[in-house]
Amino acid sequence: MFRKRSLMALFAAVAALAVTAGGPGAAWAEIKIGSVLSVTGPASFLGDPEDKTLKMYVDKINAGGGVLGEKLELVIYDDGGDAKKARTFATRLIEEDEVVAMVGGSTTGTTMAMVPLFEEAEIPFISLGGAVVIIDPVKDFVFKTPHTDRMACEKIFEDMKARGISKIGMISGTGGFGKSMRGQCLDVAGGYGIEVVADETYGPKDSDMTPQLTNIKNADGLQAVVNPGFGQGPAIVTRNYAQLGISQPLYQSHGVASKSFIELAGETAEGVRLPAAALLVADKLPDSDPQKKVVTDYKAAFEAKWNQPVSTFGGHAYDGLFLLIEAMKRAGSTDGKAVRDELRKTKDFMGTAGLVNMSAEDHLGLDLSAFRMLEIRKGDWALVE
Amino acid sequence: MLARLKGPRRGGLLVLALVIALLPLVLPNRFYFDVAILIGINAIAVVGLNLLIGYAGQISLGHAGFYGIGAYAVAVLPAELGIPSWLAFLIGVAFVALLAFVVGRPILRLKGHYLAVATLGMGILIFMVVTNESQWTGGPDGMPVARLTLFGFRVSGVQTWYWITGAALLLGVWFALNLIDSPSGRALRALHDSEVAAQVAGIDVASYKLFAFVVSAIYACVAGSISAFYTGFVTPDGAGFLHSIEMVSMVVLGGMASTFGGIVGAALLTALPQFLTVFQEYEHALLGLVIMLCMIFLRRGILPSLAAVLLRGAGQGGRA
Repeated sequence: MFRKRSLMALFAAVAALAVTAGGPGAAWAEIKIGSVLSVTGPASFLGDPEDKTLKMYVDKINAGGGVLGEKLELVIYDDGGDAKKARTFATRLIEEDEVVAMVGGSTTGTTMAMVPLFEEAEIPFISLGGAVVIIDPVKDFVFKTPHTDRMACEKIFEDMKARGISKIGMISGTGGFGKSMRGQCLDVAGGYGIEVVADETYGPKDSDMTPQLTNIKNADGLQAVVNPGFGQGPAIVTRNYAQLGISQPLYQSHGVASKSFIELAGETAEGVRLPAAALLVADKLPDSDPQKKVVTDYKAAFEAKWNQPVSTFGGHAYDGLFLLIEAMKRAGSTDGKAVRDELRKTKDFMGTAGLVNMSAEDHLGLDLSAFRMLEIRKGDWALVE
Repeated sequence: MLARLKGPRRGGLLVLALVIALLPLVLPNRFYFDVAILIGINAIAVVGLNLLIGYAGQISLGHAGFYGIGAYAVAVLPAELGIPSWLAFLIGVAFVALLAFVVGRPILRLKGHYLAVATLGMGILIFMVVTNESQWTGGPDGMPVARLTLFGFRVSGVQTWYWITGAALLLGVWFALNLIDSPSGRALRALHDSEVAAQVAGIDVASYKLFAFVVSAIYACVAGSISAFYTGFVTPDGAGFLHSIEMVSMVVLGGMASTFGGIVGAALLTALPQFLTVFQEYEHALLGLVIMLCMIFLRRGILPSLAAVLLRGAGQGGRA
């Protein structure tokens, strides 16, 4: 008897869930913006700050009267880093929530899975994913805000050229980020007159890169080493690099542009260079820098609200949201095509990633000046002039 | 006796066919179709896996590997070698059958935890291959899948795939039910209850285990291919360990050794997260709660337990 009653209770609970889940939860909002982010799961370091940034700024915008005289409603779904889930949530945003635009897609994988849906529905989609494939070839309704790995390679090689370096070694992570960036670097190296004399890789969970670095150290004429990768791998590479006493300069990627890298690598990080967004050195920018106000404001707002250090990833969401809102204001409507056309006309938009100038052929709109070359000095970031 | 056993089975298939046929009348938009298709795809894999877990009594934590091969076969072969998609699908199935046969032979000698670990290792190996061979598979970011073309027609659109998935599921269930009712099926169930007894009764234990393993691998492979065709995009997640666990959970939650129970499990675990999103931060906690409650109060799996309760209520003894 007891069992039967508890069963009934279970059904009642499930039924109650289903009923509450049925109707749309929030009040009558006029402009619905959708977002699918990897708030949990292995890519949560991307999705979490993006989620917090979007929520914070949508609240702020609504408090200030909204956009085009109407309030914004933000619909966020968490895909857990799974491309298949992202796709289902994207369908839901388009069909069920009927959003007018989308700012989201934390990773390249989730973004690419959602691209065909937004293209078909003709709804503007501003992606926060990293790789260049998102906007190259150009897709009608897809834009993105983060710098590409190709640009990171170019920025590094530009700096090397200025230092007279032409023969380099590469040690790349085999994760998605390291792999993609390694390919891009090999692709553009020739254009800068740079020859890759050693090319090694390591797995995402490796705890010692001494053998690979020894090979690189022994390569003929080595002048510098590049390490595409993120997570803890680059910190281990940096430590091993110092242990082996390799004296040539070491370049890291924008993937390690966070304080935790410096903490992990400790003193061995001294002198390491990397390309990164200005957000990391917001306080150190000269007052004359046109980007200073944007990045210091965003940093102060984020850190005050969430009490955690700012990251460049949240900055990408900030850029995406404001690019979209400015385009809507200029278009005077939320019609997909009108907003798309205005997004393409974005000129001199100063975001956390840099100065954005889009066109029909360029749905990213950043150039190399968006990256700053940083050097780690005394355990902190310093701008390389 | 025979009629009584067969009745509910035929009836079950009829109910499933009716549900599939009538569902489009109540689905309001493409999002619901999308969820229905995902349920169908998961259900195909789960019906196959149930043959192995529920009937043959063998555990596999590596079936996502077969699912992944099915998905990547229809993605990689047309893109790299120009093989037509339908042929790539068949090659994928043949390859998975062969792989399951070759790998299954040695690892099915293992039991319990050892078998679980061996299948787990196999799944992870497949996952590593699709992740690392990025020149073919696009690496961790995945790759697009060319649309399926049959007899000159491009198969696309959510409605079309709804019917294809539905038909494939019906076919899969029909085959599974027939198999369970055949001498092979009885041999498998004997093996599930006691391997020693089955062996004494003259059942070739090793071959039957292998047979169930290969058949269930093919189900997973077909589900993977359909999923890849439908979504137009594959990533290594589909071949990942978590996906294997998800499939096993669907089998256990829905009801081991209950073909329709597996479908219920697949439906619940696919649809529930979609409905729970309104609870935002509590989504995962609630999902866990529902699963826990089911496991506590419906110990034999949702469908078998409910069926038992209903039949008891109607003053009858019986089985699902």
